[in-house]
Amino acid sequence: MENITNDYSHIKGWGIDADPKNDPTYPMKKRNNGEHMGYSWTRPTLQPETVEVLHSIERPNVTAVFGTSTPPSGLSGMIRRLAFKKSENDYGHWLPLILADRINVVEGIIEDLRSGIVPNIFAEKGMKAEWKHNRSGVIRQMAVTAIIAYGFVAFYRAKKRRDRGY
Amino acid sequence: MLAMNYRGPLRVRASQKPMPQIEHPQDAIVRVTRSCICGSDLHLYNGSVPDTRVGMTFGHEFTGIVEEVGSEVTKIKVGDHVLVPFNIACGECVFCKQEMYGNCHESNPQATAVGGIFGYSHTAGGYNGGQAEYARVPYANVGPTVIPEGMDPDDAVLLTDVVPTGYQAAEMGGIQKGDTVVVFGAGPVGIMAAKCSWLFGAGRVIIIDQVDYRLEFARNYAQCEAYNFNEIGDPVVFMKKTTDWMGADVCIDAVGAEAAGNAMQTITGRKLLLQAGSATALHWAINSVKKGGIVSIVGVYGPTDNLVPIGNVLNKGITIRANQASVKRLLPRLIEHVQNGVLNPKALITHRIPLEEVSDAYRIFSAKLDNCIKPVLISPSAGM
Ligand SMILES: [Zn+2]
Ligand SMILES: [Zn+2]
Repeated sequence: MENITNDYSHIKGWGIDADPKNDPTYPMKKRNNGEHMGYSWTRPTLQPETVEVLHSIERPNVTAVFGTSTPPSGLSGMIRRLAFKKSENDYGHWLPLILADRINVVEGIIEDLRSGIVPNIFAEKGMKAEWKHNRSGVIRQMAVTAIIAYGFVAFYRAKKRRDRGY
Repeated sequence: MLAMNYRGPLRVRASQKPMPQIEHPQDAIVRVTRSCICGSDLHLYNGSVPDTRVGMTFGHEFTGIVEEVGSEVTKIKVGDHVLVPFNIACGECVFCKQEMYGNCHESNPQATAVGGIFGYSHTAGGYNGGQAEYARVPYANVGPTVIPEGMDPDDAVLLTDVVPTGYQAAEMGGIQKGDTVVVFGAGPVGIMAAKCSWLFGAGRVIIIDQVDYRLEFARNYAQCEAYNFNEIGDPVVFMKKTTDWMGADVCIDAVGAEAAGNAMQTITGRKLLLQAGSATALHWAINSVKKGGIVSIVGVYGPTDNLVPIGNVLNKGITIRANQASVKRLLPRLIEHVQNGVLNPKALITHRIPLEEVSDAYRIFSAKLDNCIKPVLISPSAGM
């Protein structure tokens, strides 16, 4: 075994939170009988539902407070509504949500174009920073892409020639 | 107001959005003074958290000045400068009563497995986050804590997640004096977990990552041993060798679903999305820990489906403990540590980037450019 020095004087605060009973400290030590009484606590004031809120079927209702950032909409929203008919224990819940997220990206671009914004995807991906801090990486990436593209073009040109029987 | 705006995987921008409103009597509106990008935001940024909707604003680590409060808010008042824990917690439900503020049952309608988190997809409640000029803070009597007199806001903002999560990782490890602790992941949380392991009396602290500048930072900041897994061969065998073939007493997974280092996990978890992200760090933790040891998980994993070596957990008699940090429970102790100079969180901040340049900020952090450890976004209305 490697030598373990027992001098920790260079480490400020060494051992100040040491507790021989820290095994396990939490959350068991704070348990009470509350959880045996089910869903029985005094609920906070309920937030009015001004937007569509989907809720897990593993609970009877919407929580007292919720986020209203981006209510379900469009095709992705329809898929999300279907996903929320399945429990959190079910792939049928999570996989459609991931699919809806991908569709939502396209919806976002359409929404941008509709409101007169042409999304600057290069800027949104932070390529300015990549160019500044990792120029050689970007160039390498572009070179690889160019070579692959050239390869495809050359291959199909050659194929065309072969097909024409030259 | 200006806010970060998610447009799809790897695409974010700053754009104008409506001002947040009081929507519940216990809400507060804060003008954001600091907001960080977190390693767990990268799971959202990469599009791997289900129900991350286009148009959302991320950001669960922020401080701000209270601008407006709802009629039931009594604990904070307009003008207070507060730090806002990342968990949204009601303080009333059975889990909050157990001080499990990360597991509140009245803050996230969309899922029961996770509580509400600011700016963390609809799977965590559908709240907009703090990477904006203003943010809505629900249950303002519970989470938001007035920043103590004289505390640097840069220290305060790291008390919203990084410090408590790192500290709780060490706490859940049940570290006993003299224990060998291994932390997988030298991001801000991993570095903080390594640092806090000493406070619990660790005898030896080791951190594993693949990025040399992060390892160097960890070595200096957390005074621990640091190894690059690309250079040590199989990290599990390495850990066994260096612990006299026993394994570590405590292993901490501070990586989560974005882990590199194993081709099978990368392909099935990150490329094909056949599981909820790559579980490489968790495999390493389970396989490197001593029999009867403790694995503590704070790395974020997606819902439900992961290929975890549960057979080894059984055969080795491992205790696994994992949770979102219960920020509010830990704050009093951690504020003390910061005030006494035992912890110096702001030293983790390497980048200050205007909110307007949020696209570049995400790229710098996610691609680990410019030796970035922790970026903080400054909004135009921060005023400081
Ligand atoms: Zn965070
Ligand atoms: Zn609660």
